[in-house]
Amino acid sequence: MGFFLTIALLVVVLGIAWRYLGSYMADVFEGRVRYLAWAERPFYRLLATSPEQEQTWKRYAGSTIIFSALFLGFGYLLLRIQGSLPLNPQHMGAVTPALSLNTITSFVTNTNWQNYGGETTMSYFSQIGVLTVQQFVSAAVGISVAITLVRGFSRRNSPTIGNFWVDITRCLLYILLPIAFVAGIILVGEGAVMTLAGPATIRDAINGVTQTIPRGPAGFMGAIMQLGTNGGGFFNVDLAHPLENPTALTNVLYICLTLSIPFALTYTFGKMVGSIRHGAALLAAMVIIFGVWVGITSYSEHTNNPAVVAAGVHSTVGNTEGKEVRFGDTSSALFNVSMTQTSDGAINSAGDSYTPMGGFGLLTGMMLGEVTPGGTGSGLYTILVYAIIAVFIGGLMIGRTPEYLGKKIQAREVKLAGLAALVMPITVLVLTAVAVSLHAGRAGPLNAGPHGFSEILYALTSQGNNNGSAFAGLSGNTAFYNVVGAIDMLLGRFAIMIPALALAGALAAKQIVPAGLGTFRTDNGMFIGLTIGVIIIIGGLTFFPAVSLGPVVEQLSHGKFF
Amino acid sequence: MVTHIRRSAISILVMTAVFGFVYMLAGTGVSQLIFPHQANGSITSSGSTLIGQDWTATNCPGHPKGSCVFHGRPDDTGPYAAVVCAPGAKNCTPSSGGDNPLVASRVSGESGASNLGPRSKVLLDNTKQLIAYWKALGVNDPTPDLVTTSGSGLDPDISPADAMVQIPMVSSATGIPAPKLQALIKVHTYRAQWGFLGSDYINVLQLNEALVRLK
Repeated sequence: MGFFLTIALLVVVLGIAWRYLGSYMADVFEGRVRYLAWAERPFYRLLATSPEQEQTWKRYAGSTIIFSALFLGFGYLLLRIQGSLPLNPQHMGAVTPALSLNTITSFVTNTNWQNYGGETTMSYFSQIGVLTVQQFVSAAVGISVAITLVRGFSRRNSPTIGNFWVDITRCLLYILLPIAFVAGIILVGEGAVMTLAGPATIRDAINGVTQTIPRGPAGFMGAIMQLGTNGGGFFNVDLAHPLENPTALTNVLYICLTLSIPFALTYTFGKMVGSIRHGAALLAAMVIIFGVWVGITSYSEHTNNPAVVAAGVHSTVGNTEGKEVRFGDTSSALFNVSMTQTSDGAINSAGDSYTPMGGFGLLTGMMLGEVTPGGTGSGLYTILVYAIIAVFIGGLMIGRTPEYLGKKIQAREVKLAGLAALVMPITVLVLTAVAVSLHAGRAGPLNAGPHGFSEILYALTSQGNNNGSAFAGLSGNTAFYNVVGAIDMLLGRFAIMIPALALAGALAAKQIVPAGLGTFRTDNGMFIGLTIGVIIIIGGLTFFPAVSLGPVVEQLSHGKFF
Repeated sequence: MVTHIRRSAISILVMTAVFGFVYMLAGTGVSQLIFPHQANGSITSSGSTLIGQDWTATNCPGHPKGSCVFHGRPDDTGPYAAVVCAPGAKNCTPSSGGDNPLVASRVSGESGASNLGPRSKVLLDNTKQLIAYWKALGVNDPTPDLVTTSGSGLDPDISPADAMVQIPMVSSATGIPAPKLQALIKVHTYRAQWGFLGSDYINVLQLNEALVRLK
C-alpha cells in the first residue's frame, strides 16, 4: 500500500514539475528569464560573446568538444596532483593515472561511473573542485544540446542553432543552481552530512566499540548529482549510505530530483515547437516504458532471494540482501529503476544482489538507450532520434515523405538518426565481447556463473550509456577496465551528441511545410506506440542474445548455485 | 579554434570557482548554521545514529558475548567482515573485522555491500553460517534482515520483526521479562515516514541505549 502511495506522490510532484519547470526551462532558453542578468552580462563580456551572436551547428559542436576536452584535461591534472592540494584532511595521495582518466571521463560525460571508493580515494578538494563542478557542467551541456535539437524543429530557414556559451550559462544559473541549493538544505535537514571537518572517531561505552565516522560535504553534492542525473556520490556505496541518504523522504526527494528535468524537458520541447501535444506524446512513451519496468523490478525484488531461501530462512518480506531496512524492498527497486532509466546511475541498494529478474530490469533499462526519460538533455535528444526513426518507418508504411513537426525527414536526417541510434549498441556489444575474450576482462567479476557475465555486460552497458550504476562486485579499478571504460563512455556520449547537433543544424535550415490531410500524425496514440516499438526493437532485439546469457539463464537455473 | 580555447579556459576557471567552491562552501556554511547536528553526522556521545555498530562483542557477564543487547544487520558480524564463530564450532578462526571492512574492494573503512548474486554459493554458505550463529545465541528463527547484509554495510536500523525475534536472547541474558522488552521495542519503532514512505524501522543504537537505562 505504501508503495502505491509513494508512486502517487511521485506522479503528483513530477506532474507539477512537468508543467511548470518545463515551461520555465523554455522561458530560460528563449531568453525571457532575466533576474540574474547582472551576473550573466559580465561573464559574456569576459568571453567576448553575447546572446545575439549565434553559432552554426559546426561551431556549436566545436565549442562543446573543445570545452569538454579541456575540462577533461584540467580535471585529470587536479586528480593527479591531489596530494599537493589543500582541503585534504585525510592526506589522500595522488589518484593513479588509469583511475584518474576513467574518473574524469566518467564525470565529464555525465556518467559518474565510480571505479574509486569516494571516502577512501578522493580529497575534499577533488570532490568539490573536480567532481561536483562536472555534475553541474556535464548536465548543462546535455540540456543545451537537447535544446538545439528542439530549435532545429522550431526554427525555419535558420543557419544557426543558438550560442553554446549562453545556453550552458543560463542552464547553470537559472535551472541547476537554485534547485540544487534548495534541495541541498532539505537533504541536510533530514540528516545528510555536510562538513569539511574530516572524519570523527567515537567510542561507545555500551559495547566497547571504537568507530570512525566518515564525513564530508555529501548533502549538497547529492543534490546536484541527482538533479543533473549524474549519480556519483560522495561515498563508495553512493546513496545507500545513511549519511547521504538518511531517510525514506530523502530517498523520494532524490528520485524526484532525478526524474524532474528529463520528464519536464518534453514540456519544454512542446512549448518551444508550439505544440504541447507533441511533448505529451513523447512523455507518454517514456511513462509507459518506465511504468512497466518499475512493475517488473519491484515485483521481482518483493520475491525471496533464492540463496537465502535455500539456506533455510522462512521469509515473507522480499529480497533483503544488499538493501537498507529504512527503504524496504519495493522502494529500493523503484529508486534503482529510476536511476537506470535516466542516465543517473546512483544506487540505494546493491544491484548485484537483486534477484535475476530484478537485475534484468536494471540492465535492460539502460539498454533501451536511456530515453525513458533518460539523462538531463541526453534523454530528450535521444528520444527525438528514435522519434525520427519512428516517423521514417511510419512514412515507409504509408508511402509518403516522412515529416515531423512540418520538417521533411530526408536521407541525411535518417542517416544521422540511424548513426546516433546504433553507436551505443555496437560499442557496448563489441567491448563486452573484447572483455570476455581477454584474461584481464575475465579477472573482473566477483560472482561465478552467468552472474559473472552479467557483471561485465552491466559495466560496459552502464558506461556506454553514460549511466554509471554498477553490479559492484566487478573489480573495475584495473588498467584494463579503466581504459576500456573511458573509451566506452566517450563514444557513448559524443558519438551520439555530435550526430544530434548535426541533426539540429540540418533541421533548422529546413522550411516548415504545413500539415496536410495525408500527413502522418505524430501526436496521437499510433505514434506513441510506434515510438515505443522502435525503442524496444532497437534496445531489446540487439541486446537479446547477450541478456539471454546473463540474467535469463540465471533465472532459469532453478536450484543451482554457482 | 583559438576563440574556442580562450572561451573554454575562462569558463573552466570561473565555473570551477562558482559551481564547485562557492556552491559547496556556501552550502556548508548554511548547513552548519541551520542544522549543525545533522550536518556534522548526527553524532551523539555513543556514536552516530546513522551508522550501524558491531554489537557482537558486547560483554555480558555470565552469558555469551553480545547476548544482552539487540543486534543490527550482520554487516559487521557476518562472514563478510569479522569472523564470529558459533560456540563449539570446528575449523573456525575468529577475527575482528573492524567497524566497517568491505569484502568487495578489500579496503577497510570504506562503505560497501557484499555484492553477492542471488545464486551465489558464497552467499548460500554465508547465510547458513549466520543462521548457525543466531541459533547458538538462542535466536531460533532469524529473520531475513538478520542473515543478509545491507546496501551500505552500515545500516543502523532493523525492522520491528528483527527486534522481536531477539527478545528470548536478550531476555535470558538480562533477566528483563519479555513483555517489558516488547513494550520497549514498540516505543522505539519509527513508523514509515509520512505514514507511507519506506518501511517501519528501529534504530539499534537508540534501542540499546534505552535497554541499558532499563537494566
